[in-house]
Formats: sequence, C-alpha cells, structure tokens
Amino acid sequence: MRRTGAQIVWEMMKREGVEVAFGIPGGAIMDVYHPRQEYGIRHVLMRHEQCAAHAADGYARASGRVGVAMATSGPGATNLVTGIATAMMDSSPIVCITGQVPTPLIGSDAFQETDITGITLPITKHNYLVTDVDELAYTIHEAFYIARSGRPGPVLIDIPKDVQRAETDFVPPEGEIRLPGYRPVGQGDPEAVRQAADLINSAQRPVILAGHGVLMSGAVDALRAFAEKTDTPVALTLLGKGGFPASHPLALGMMGMHGEAFVNQAIQEADLLLAFGMRFDDRVTGKLEHYAPKARKVHVDLDAAELNKIVQVDVAILGDLRQVLEQLLPLVERTSHWEWRGQIDRWREESRARDIVNRPSNGHVLPPQVVNALWEATEGRAILVTDVGQHQMWAAQYYHLDRPHTIITPGGLGTMGFGLPAAIGAQVARPDREVWAVVGDGGFQMTLQELATVVQEQLPLRIALFNNGYLGMVRQWQELFYGRRYESTGLLNPDFVRLVEAYGVRGWRVTDPEEIRPAIAEARSHPGPAFVEFQVAQEGDDGNVYPMVPAGAALHEMIRRPMPVVEAR
Amino acid sequence: MKNTLIALVEDKPGVLNRVASLFRRRAFNIESLTVGHTEQPGVSRMTIVVDSARTDVRQVTQHLYKLVNVIQVEDVTERPSVMRDLALIKVRANGGARSEVMQLVETFRARVVDVGLETLMVEVTGTEEKIDGLVEVLRPFGIVEMVRTGRVAMVRGGNGQ
Repeated sequence: MRRTGAQIVWEMMKREGVEVAFGIPGGAIMDVYHPRQEYGIRHVLMRHEQCAAHAADGYARASGRVGVAMATSGPGATNLVTGIATAMMDSSPIVCITGQVPTPLIGSDAFQETDITGITLPITKHNYLVTDVDELAYTIHEAFYIARSGRPGPVLIDIPKDVQRAETDFVPPEGEIRLPGYRPVGQGDPEAVRQAADLINSAQRPVILAGHGVLMSGAVDALRAFAEKTDTPVALTLLGKGGFPASHPLALGMMGMHGEAFVNQAIQEADLLLAFGMRFDDRVTGKLEHYAPKARKVHVDLDAAELNKIVQVDVAILGDLRQVLEQLLPLVERTSHWEWRGQIDRWREESRARDIVNRPSNGHVLPPQVVNALWEATEGRAILVTDVGQHQMWAAQYYHLDRPHTIITPGGLGTMGFGLPAAIGAQVARPDREVWAVVGDGGFQMTLQELATVVQEQLPLRIALFNNGYLGMVRQWQELFYGRRYESTGLLNPDFVRLVEAYGVRGWRVTDPEEIRPAIAEARSHPGPAFVEFQVAQEGDDGNVYPMVPAGAALHEMIRRPMPVVEAR
Repeated sequence: MKNTLIALVEDKPGVLNRVASLFRRRAFNIESLTVGHTEQPGVSRMTIVVDSARTDVRQVTQHLYKLVNVIQVEDVTERPSVMRDLALIKVRANGGARSEVMQLVETFRARVVDVGLETLMVEVTGTEEKIDGLVEVLRPFGIVEMVRTGRVAMVRGGNGQ
C-alpha cells in the first residue's frame, strides 16, 4: 500500500486506538491534517496550542487512554511546552505531534523553525525527530507504547514537512517493540516484600500514604483489601484522591501543606509509613528533617529513581503497585489497630469542630461552602477539573471522592490556566458525565479563549469561577508571611458573566450565600455549557485556605482553621 | 571518592545530548565522560566518572535508566577493572632538555609520537595518577598543549560470554 507520511500518521493513530486529537493546524503540519477525514478520527480545534496539550492531558486522565495534541512548527510547537511539562510532572500519557520545516532546511533558521526536540528533551519521557518516512510507522507505534507503559508520560514526535509528503510502502509494524533498555517493572523483589510484611505485622501505628500510582496501576481494589486486612488508615496525596473511597472508615483524607491537621498529626505520630505510588513531594512532607520522625518507612514505586530520592526508607520495593499489593496481601496478618484509630478519631473530632462548612457565613460566599454545595448537588459523581491556587485546595478539601479518576488537577507543575482546557479534554473523553471546571479568576484569564472551543464543539461543560479579585494564593502568602503587602496581586476583572455570554455560554453570578444552591441547580439543568461566577471573600479568615503548613515548617506546625466564634447569647 | 560507571546506550542521534542534559538538569557533578563504539553494532559505550562526595551515584544510575535509549548501567568502582586515560602532551624540549624529556618519557613507559624543532609530542596511557605524575615532571620544561581522553574502564576476567 502506497501511503504518504501524513496518511501513516492517522493510520497508525487509528491502530493505537486514538479517537480524537486536539490541536491547531499551521504551515508545517497542514499536510498531516489534510487526509484526516479519511480515517474518521475527530479533531478538536483549540484556540491556543498550550490548551491542546492540556486538553490531551485532561482527556488522558479522564479516559485512562493516551491523549493526542497536534501543533505546527515554531511557535505552535513552543506553545505546547507548558502543557507537556504539566503532563510530565503528573505522569500523564500524551503524544504530541508537531510539524517541522522540511529536512533540507533544518538548522538554517527557516521560517517557523525551532528545535522542539531539543527544547522538550527534559520535559518529555522521550521524543523523536523522524527524518525518514520509512521509520514513521514504527516510531508512532513505539511512541504510544512509551507514553502509556511503565511510569506514563508525554512523548513528542517531530515530523518535517517533506517526510509528511513523502510516499512509501506502508507496512504496519508487528507487535514487537525494539527497546533493549526499556523494561517496565512488574512484581516486587520477594525478599523486599517479605521484609515489608514483617514491618507491617509488627507496626502499632501504621499509616498508608497513597498517591497517583494507586490509580495508574489499577490498584484501587488491592489497596482497599490491604487496608482493611491490616486495619491501616489511608492518607492521600492530591493526585491520589479517588484512590481510596472518602466515605470509608479507614479514609483519612488529603495529607500535606493543605491537608487536614489530623492527617498530618497521624503521619507525624506514625510508627510505620507505607508509601504506595507517591513520591514525597515537598508539598507533602513539609520540612524533611522533622518528617515522620518516629516512623519506619516502606516505599513502593515503579520508578527506581524515586526510591530513596527524597526520603531514605527502610524497605524500598521496585514494582507495579497492584502486583506488589497482591504479593503483600497473603503475607500480612489480619489485625486491628483500634487504639491507634481511636487516637486519630479524637484528633479528627478536634479538626471537625473547626470545619468551615459549619461556620456561619456572615453574608459572605465562602468558597468551601460552594464546593460543599457542588459536592452535595452532584452527589460526588461529577468529574472535577481544577486550575491552580486557592480554589484548587478548597476543591481538594471539600469535594470528597468515592471513585477513581474523578478529580483532575495539575499537581506537580501547578499550572495556572490548566482548568478550562483540561476540562474540555475530560468532557470529550466522557460525554456522558457531568464535568465541572473549577477555576479562579487569575488562572481562568490565562486560557479563557477556549470558551470558543467549548461552544464550537457544543460541549455541555460547566464552569465554576471563584472570583476574589486577586491572585488569591499569592495574596494569601502576602497576607500571612509578607506583612500584608499585596504586591501586584490585585486584579481589575472584566464582567465575567457578560464575557462568557459573548462567547455563547450561559452565565450566572452569585454574590449572596443564599444564591449558591439555586445557581448550581440552574447551571446543572441547563443543557448547554454553563458558567457560574461566585464572588467570594477577598481576604482574612474567610478568604484564606486553612489549614496550612507554612513553607519550610514541619508537617505538624500547621496554621489551623480558626475556631468558629460562638456568639454571646 | 570517584566512582566509575559504564553505560551501554543505543547508538542513536541525540543520545549523548540526552545524557548530558540529564546531568545538567539534575545538577549531577561529572568528572569525565567518554563515548565510543563497542563490539556490538548499534551500541555505544560511555564511561562516566562521578564525584560521589557531591553526587548520589545511585541516583545517577537510576536516572540514566530512565532514558529510553540507555540499555545498561554498571558501577564498576568496587570491581577489579582496568582503568585507563590517554594523554597527548606537547612539551618544550630543545637543546639539552630534549634528552632529559626523552628519559622521563622512557621511565613512564610513554612514547614520543612527534618531534618538532622546539617541542616533542608525548603519548601516555595509564591510570589518571600515572598521567598526573608525568605531567608533574614535564611541567618545568613547559607544557605547550595537552589533551586527555578521560577515563575508560573494563572489568577484568569474566565469563567470556
């Protein structure tokens, strides 16, 4: 079969199971775009390439499949960079296909030429510049395999225009992958597993730290069985949310900088930490010298470079988490830690007393109460896609998840502007599900042009905007640690409701706590895309995310939520 | 302490760049890095010397393995191996100095590979210590130019596979 390079791109994507790609055409990629319709793969036209990468990422996280982003050479390719770095930090499987100037012009500073494989070297799991059309089919096959296997991540394929146009005899690559040095791991070393089981069987105050790896290795059921057999409480990282049901009696909730105080207290007092598919990010550990000082530590991860990278552990197990948990399960004794769990429950009660959901709102729209109302209205069944900042932490604290893959958030890179485009990807992946983009007024304005994409694609996406007129998380730090000098964080915002309506999105504005639930109900019953702006408290106790571990402090040195003021009489 | 790592990598475009980029990005301190062909077509071999006082050698190994084109990494520091560095040294040697230099070269089992009017070019192979020693004794004559390859290493004996 004679095929052009462009046809091979779609042919191979189809064979890899791709149903949709997100992108923007341009001079150096239009040859690839040209035959798309012959292959029945959907294309979602974005308004900025950064958003194409975020949408592919959101699609990947919502579907468990590889997301695809496409861009032209030069500025199209460089615009992808932030989205690629985001996917890299959160181990999200995406494949980016970029056009490149014709091979004879490479290196000549041709129009819209940029060295995108050089630029993305440190932020991709792997990348390719394909200079021979005969290598194209296999390269695409290998790229998808690398993106989704082992620790997933972004892969970029740069294809010069002459390679796209060249014809060759298309031979579909056979199943085998020719990568002598690439060996995704499976079971853990039995000796290390046995050592871990010994520590588990002798622990008195164990805590499981469950991360993104639980979701990615499909270990949700295995984790639950393990936790129940060993009666071990489970704390989650931000990206681990959904890996253990929030309503389970052993569920603690999120750990770290904005985790609940009792969760961090439990970690600090534990005698054994079981780190499952997490990587001891600095937002999780606080000051390392004082991190869980009483605990022996077991770390299970599929990336050898993560073991003993930040925290030196007693037992490190290299392996796929689900398989390692299945190895561990028969070796651990069924036990009860009633005393330890009683202690944690007493800390939990003390934290609950401070819960902002129970606070009188004093006429303010309190963001946690908005998230709580959203959680109740959707019964926790919506897919929540967040941006970065205060609203992200409130969403993580108050949208309690019983199911995996229902919160999508840029945890590692902390990319403002991620929320809306990633929600587009999630909605495209799951057209049957209710998807909410939860964003702040700062991040929303970094990518709000994608409202046009939402309307053009007729996506029923819902958007909740928390508007406090500030780059809120930076302002919070300024309030708490920089003498309340709000340097360059105040935002003079547009009329968001009129703005979204100009795009063709129905908008509501909420300024009174009484309006929260009705507005959410109206937005949910609206058939098309819907937008609700919540004008929320700007500063002080009602405008800050608590609890909080200040940067550089130990995990137990939290700024707590203020106790509710009991009114006299 | 200096650790010696041997890395077998696929001979593909950009592999050296990937390795160098990794060291830069992770702030690994590298003393030397040599690359060359091996007995296997398509496989290159890197010898990497790491200062283990400043850089976690295990982390270097594990991060190298994360590069898709890296096939195998081995720390041979503790294994009986042959380690060699090669140097070309152009040293000022005229008049009476010339025979003195040639005697020193003889003592170090080095070779004179080029003779100029004012200079001699010396080739020496050996451990870094041996080469350092020769450089030290040649320095008073005036070293005009020098190039060193950096360490290459191979484990002794083995199963003859």
